[in-house]
Amino acid sequence: MTFDDDVRDLYQEVILDHGRKPRHGHRLAAYDVTAKGDNPMCGDRVEVFVKLDADGKIAETGFEARGCAISVASADLMAETVRGRGKADTRALFETFREMVRTGKCPEHDAGLDESLERLEPFAGVHEYPSRVKCATLPWHALVAALDGTREASSE
Amino acid sequence: MNVEKIRRDFPILSQTIRGKKLVFLDSAASAQKPRVVIDAMREAMETQYANVHRGLHWMSERTTDAYEAARDAVAALMNAPDRDEIVFVRNSTEAINLVAHSFGRGMLKPGQAVLISGMEHHSNIVPWQMLRDAHGTELRVAPITDSGELDMAAFEALLSDGRVGLVAITHMSNVLGTVTPAERIVSLAHAHGAKVLFDGSQAIVHRAIDVRAIGCDFYAWTGHKLYGPTGIGVLWARRELLEAMPPFLGGGEMISSVTYEKSTWARVPYKFEAGTPAILEGIGLKAAIDYVRAIGYDEMAAHEASLTEHALARLSRIEGLRILGQAQDRGGVVAFALDKAHAHDVATLLDRQGIAVRAGHHCAEPLMHRFGLDSTARASFGIYTTHEEIDALAASLTRVREFFT
Repeated sequence: MTFDDDVRDLYQEVILDHGRKPRHGHRLAAYDVTAKGDNPMCGDRVEVFVKLDADGKIAETGFEARGCAISVASADLMAETVRGRGKADTRALFETFREMVRTGKCPEHDAGLDESLERLEPFAGVHEYPSRVKCATLPWHALVAALDGTREASSE
Repeated sequence: MNVEKIRRDFPILSQTIRGKKLVFLDSAASAQKPRVVIDAMREAMETQYANVHRGLHWMSERTTDAYEAARDAVAALMNAPDRDEIVFVRNSTEAINLVAHSFGRGMLKPGQAVLISGMEHHSNIVPWQMLRDAHGTELRVAPITDSGELDMAAFEALLSDGRVGLVAITHMSNVLGTVTPAERIVSLAHAHGAKVLFDGSQAIVHRAIDVRAIGCDFYAWTGHKLYGPTGIGVLWARRELLEAMPPFLGGGEMISSVTYEKSTWARVPYKFEAGTPAILEGIGLKAAIDYVRAIGYDEMAAHEASLTEHALARLSRIEGLRILGQAQDRGGVVAFALDKAHAHDVATLLDRQGIAVRAGHHCAEPLMHRFGLDSTARASFGIYTTHEEIDALAASLTRVREFFT
């Protein structure tokens, strides 16, 4: 096996690409809610900024992250897949995503999450690296904290 | 030193990881164990085990002898003047907490200061913060230079008002590899009326420690980094200090007599060893000490110096790789950052090649921040590390960087 074969199950092209060049990796000029996420074990930190529409659904998400490729790519694809979702919907997507990165399998879920989960599927490879699961979930913890009005989240 | 022969003493090194030969470069976090340590602990459990210092029966007496032989081995290893100056604890962290509690609260006065350095492990920061908050001592931090060495002028200046009661400092940084000038630190500290504690967790793995020559007052280290078991560490302290210090934990083993009105303490060192000690771990530690002494510190130090020199040369040729610390006197740990890849990604990719390194802040967050970083990867070497393993690390790192570029 070549070096690439060994690592591609985890570092798929989409993760490398979004880890290197995040599309949403910036603070929003105007936002409604925000929260910080902190992984005290490894020092990863992420801050999310969320703009809500008139119905309370997510209009836009931006983030500032200091962390590994997995956490940055996860934050970026999260920002992409939660657009247009309400609080309960976002939480449902997070719960399903978390189960997927923990087990490598996508659990049963609402059909409305299909497309987003397909987009997030590259993170299923993280389950082989238990210590890295928190890298993938940290931005989501922060997002849910922001929506809940708690300002701080920890992946511990 | 015959590394191939030594490698055969460590059963774990023949393991494969994800189908690849294990390249274990994380010995500074915890070292692997030679067969003699494993056997000593197993044999004790199979043939000669009971609680120590209390049973009037054959098993207890034999076990007590084996456990106390570990104290003799430690005293000899450190050239301690008196075996009763060896206090067994769980690890270096507990040793430092013992000093913070018993010496700090018992013998330092509020308003006195504890002086640490800018390259301490959290275990030599947090206990002094807790002491500060509970007891009113001050916590001072001596800065380090860009090369990762103690700034001696600043260190001396921080001692100059005579209020420092204790200097607590690493003897070798777990991140930078820097070995601190122990004798000079002691002479400056003593000249200003301060006692000195060394955190020798890393240093004792890489060089012979002679507490008489160093002249310090406390020296802490842990067994599991010296090829011994987890759960046993050592605090050496001058006898007069141990006599004067109040106990740390209370309970069985540490008392002379107990009534509901009053208890009196056992003699040193047992005053500081409450409860059933780590008996099997003590026996394992003695086996580890016998093992490293049979190889010899001169041999080990020469091997590690050669590995470190090789690693610095190989890694510094990798584009975009920054090594933390360029101390003149350094041991076998090399922390580094890659410009294109986060330390966790580096560690995961190396793991895929069977190479184990540590990544993160290495329990030294303030030190990371001193160098403008949040985390680094760290390769650390032991007696069983080979030059080929370092070559494998360097080759993989080159590919890791390409992968993320």
